[in-house]
Amino acid sequence: MASYSTSEFKAGLKVMLDNDPCAIIENEFVKPGKGQAFNRVKIRNLKTGRVIERTFKSGESLEGADIVEMEMQYLYNDGEFRHFMNNESFEQYQCDEKIVGDTGKWLKDQDMCTVMLWNDAPIGVTPANFVELTIVETDPGVRGDTSGGGGKPAKLETGAVVRVPLFVQTDEMIKVDTRTGEYISRVKE
Amino acid sequence: MMQTPWQPSCSIEMLHLRAWLLAKIRAFFLEKAVLEVETPLLSHTIGTDPSLAFFATHYNLPPFYHRLFLQTSPEFAMKRLLAAGCGSIYQIAKAFRNGESGRFHNPEFTLLEWYRVGFTLPELMDEVAELIVSLFAEHAALSGVERHSYQAIFQQYTGLDALVFCYEDYCAYALANELPEAVALCEYDHALWLDVLFSHKVQPYLGKNSLCMIYGYPACQSSLARINADNSLVTDRVELFINGVELGNGFYELTDAVEQNQRFDAEIAVRQQNNLAAVVKDERLIAALNAGLPECSGIAIGLDRLLMLLSKSASIDEVLSFSIHRA
Repeated sequence: MASYSTSEFKAGLKVMLDNDPCAIIENEFVKPGKGQAFNRVKIRNLKTGRVIERTFKSGESLEGADIVEMEMQYLYNDGEFRHFMNNESFEQYQCDEKIVGDTGKWLKDQDMCTVMLWNDAPIGVTPANFVELTIVETDPGVRGDTSGGGGKPAKLETGAVVRVPLFVQTDEMIKVDTRTGEYISRVKE
Repeated sequence: MMQTPWQPSCSIEMLHLRAWLLAKIRAFFLEKAVLEVETPLLSHTIGTDPSLAFFATHYNLPPFYHRLFLQTSPEFAMKRLLAAGCGSIYQIAKAFRNGESGRFHNPEFTLLEWYRVGFTLPELMDEVAELIVSLFAEHAALSGVERHSYQAIFQQYTGLDALVFCYEDYCAYALANELPEAVALCEYDHALWLDVLFSHKVQPYLGKNSLCMIYGYPACQSSLARINADNSLVTDRVELFINGVELGNGFYELTDAVEQNQRFDAEIAVRQQNNLAAVVKDERLIAALNAGLPECSGIAIGLDRLLMLLSKSASIDEVLSFSIHRA
């Protein structure tokens, strides 16, 4: 991998730091008029998601990280691993729950999602921004209520629980924004 | 087809604000009978400060090919004028520093630099406060002017003694305060530790809507300032801050040619050790000091940053007609 000097640091650049792949969020050049130049860098660890700040002497460099984000189809969960497939190469990848994390609650068999690969091994999964999932359990709504003002919890087929309007019923399919976890609309089949 | 961005980086209002600022500064010094001067931007020599990278070019006048430098500050030429007996002077000049680019840096920038013959550093600080307060009064009036010694402010924010380097204490502080990388970065270099700790843990909090003047810098960061007559651990140097932004740097000027010569040699040695571009010392400055530089204090203020603060701009690009990316 190429290495990058502090002057090349910019938001989105993927580099290795403390043996982990990281993404630069922000890079600020700091230099006292009569002193040493630094770069104060805000950086996200792509394995843990943790954001830290780190100061480098200007001119120092970091190794690039071999990070690829790829659209993949989620195939199934075998109980231990979740399996994904690149629909162009038909190459399959497996991830344990630690890597899938909170994303797991949005993953339905056959849906598309984004898998982040580091040295060709998955380190993270991001669901599509919008998913359509069926409600498996929710309290019966109050007749005549169409406003959705109060709302109620509904459990979805993937295990996620979202707040839905009172008029939405079990077995209906709904559209959810995975970034906020909010109900968007009912989906007519 | 992609449009070539030809427009200025700043707004038209900003051009007016800059013109207003320059007019106010000139009026201020006219009233005080401080002479406006111009000195060359292109010179045969350049400052030796290892932390300043310069631009060099060639003067082609066959059969002569001289190496010339764009000045990182007009300081040496202005001191030669002072030695020639011109009295108090000021200059509004471009300065050039290679490799400096960021939210607060552009490799070409504008300095206001002035020297007051016969002024001590506290007297110069009074004049600085008078100028800065009057400039802000018409925009976002400052709530006041503070003066703190470097040692006191460093102690207040870090609990460490800035003047006496204790490696163990400095490391313990860095490890406990989310700066663990400082240990490997600074090693046993006291001045570097001070740069890192001051710029991360002290400077951001200085001069909240006020002018904060920090004086009495540790002797290892004396640059061209005189060592304090009463305490050899500190130097007669002052820095200005407003809302955490470094705005200027001033000295009770070193007039001793022998000491100036030693500092040049020391900086040239550091340049060699660190494989930085080699420079020769400015013998004309040494000769001027030998002839006699009058007792004086001088300061340089970054006018682009001053404009940023006056207009509450987030980036230096917003106050420059054409920042380096568009120049």
